[in-house]
Amino acid sequence: MTTVSLTVNGQSVTADVDPRTLLVQFLRENLRLTGTHVGCDTSQCGACVVHLNGQAVKACTILAVQADASVVTTIEGIAEGGELHPMQSAFREHHGLQCGYCTPGMIMSAIDIVNRKGSDLDEQTIRAELEGNLCRCTGYHNIVKAVAAGARAMARAPLQQAAE
Amino acid sequence: MYAFDYHRPTSVKEAANLAGQAEDAKFLAGGHTLLPTMKLRLAGPASLIDLGQVAELRGIERSGDAITVGAMTKHAEVAGSADVRAAIPALAELAELIGDPHVRNRGTIGGSVANNDPAADYPAACLALNATIVTDKRRIAADDFFQGIFTTALDEGEIVTQVSFPIAAKAAYAKFRNPASRYALVGVFVAKHADGVRVAVTGAGSNGVFRVPEMEEALGRNFAPEALDGIAVPEDEMNSDIHADSAYRAHLVGVMARRAVEAAAARG
Repeated sequence: MTTVSLTVNGQSVTADVDPRTLLVQFLRENLRLTGTHVGCDTSQCGACVVHLNGQAVKACTILAVQADASVVTTIEGIAEGGELHPMQSAFREHHGLQCGYCTPGMIMSAIDIVNRKGSDLDEQTIRAELEGNLCRCTGYHNIVKAVAAGARAMARAPLQQAAE
Repeated sequence: MYAFDYHRPTSVKEAANLAGQAEDAKFLAGGHTLLPTMKLRLAGPASLIDLGQVAELRGIERSGDAITVGAMTKHAEVAGSADVRAAIPALAELAELIGDPHVRNRGTIGGSVANNDPAADYPAACLALNATIVTDKRRIAADDFFQGIFTTALDEGEIVTQVSFPIAAKAAYAKFRNPASRYALVGVFVAKHADGVRVAVTGAGSNGVFRVPEMEEALGRNFAPEALDGIAVPEDEMNSDIHADSAYRAHLVGVMARRAVEAAAARG
């Protein structure tokens, strides 16, 4: 067993884990944060996307021990004070989901896109940047609309963006 | 995934010592090839030596006529580096075409060259730019480093520390991506140096990344797409799989080479 200490959604966490534990397993099974999904388990689908030290990564292809001393944010960590994150609200408002399985990863990727590319995103940019997130319902049309709207909403809520 | 002992050194020296002591050890860089391979139980090292905390392996430096990239530098860092964009824009563009944004946040140049996947992008850049692969023991020219599919000049326990790219006068990379995996179905990197042109092809060759001397000679005389007219790579040396047969890959090498030359020639 190896000890890992990290910050998840603002809380310090320390645990002894088998080194082969994936970060996504650690989040879901140790911390019971089951909003981060496992879709393909082969780093293709993006259902497991979380932020590691502020960058979007696929938690199925990172060992929990590699995240030692890191800051992790999951889908459970982006709402504040009972208020949905602007990107979550945009997905709800624009119906950016069908079955919802890919949604947590889509939202975590979308926030990362805004952090890197700003809030004025054209459709082509959004589609290119979402290439690591698959929606098996093929509901991309509204996802792209939701990301564009969520990006604009994030620009109007700078405090929430900075808090993440 | 089979169980393994996990080590997290903080220096290259410590990592090398660990590799010397541990039985059946593998180095873990970004982990985006090794971990999937371990999940499939195609690899099952007894020890993993995680290079993620070795600070001396990170960073990008421009010194004189070369760009030197630390082995643990992520693809996203190379793609976003102002120094790389200014000196060798083709290298930044190549990094931006690897995988997807999440993969680029984890995958490293050192891992890519050490693995020498026959469809990886960086080996083509290394060969065409005449890069030097620096290890904890020696400096190896790219021409000597890549020795066939998943095979390199690295000895057991030897650690890639840097890749140093001479700044070419003009260079470009043209890639035909497999739309699902985003690996190169065919990728051609063309670089015009003061002493000649180098053309390297990834994704296509049945023995991994390779140079095309006939194209290099023709482009040395006339650095223009039409210089490549009539030059073909042998079909029987190309990969063939469900994504593309060898004839199609051989054809794509010519198409991608022309596109790369066109893009390189258009650079100021």
